[in-house]
Amino acid sequence: MALNIVTYIFIGVGLFFNFVGAFGLHRFPDMYTRLHAATKCTTFGSLFLILAVIVQAAGIWASEGTSQSVMCIHSVLALVALVVTNATGAHAIARAAHRSGEKPARAVVDDLEGKEND
Amino acid sequence: MIDWFPSIIAMVVCIVITVARIIIGPGAPTRLVAFDTTNTLVVATMVIAGMMFNHAIFIDVAIVYALLSFTMTLYVAKYIGGSKF
Repeated sequence: MALNIVTYIFIGVGLFFNFVGAFGLHRFPDMYTRLHAATKCTTFGSLFLILAVIVQAAGIWASEGTSQSVMCIHSVLALVALVVTNATGAHAIARAAHRSGEKPARAVVDDLEGKEND
Repeated sequence: MIDWFPSIIAMVVCIVITVARIIIGPGAPTRLVAFDTTNTLVVATMVIAGMMFNHAIFIDVAIVYALLSFTMTLYVAKYIGGSKF
């Protein structure tokens, strides 16, 4: 069944990127590179995992009637909420960390030093 | 039918790795990054669990969890940055 193959590919891609993000939290030296690794990779991986659920629920919805319609539509809502809020939250974390005086590892010069960009 | 249980086990392993960074991470911003990552992984795990147990209420709870964790991230970032509301 072609739908199951697509679902397995989505699950594989999603789990791979989630593991990359989780290990990137431990392999990078400072907070900004950890934010770079973790937020982008886990957003992409979770997007593909929820897409796998959407594909599977939509397949059951198309073949057996409306038993999985709620699952499919609410997964789309969860996907939209996750994608919109993760990027915004990462931006807020990076801005707050720079304001609190967190420096990148082995940084030589900070171009935003002393500037108040509100 | 897809067997969703191994992917849930893999996601729980990811969550344990990120929780270890919350515990050992130096400083508040690193812990906030790890906590945000953990919230993302928990939302994905809850959606998969809803599909596995065939209960749509898991996915509704996942939506509310995603929005509340976003609010928590914004407020803790405001606290760390020291800016006025």
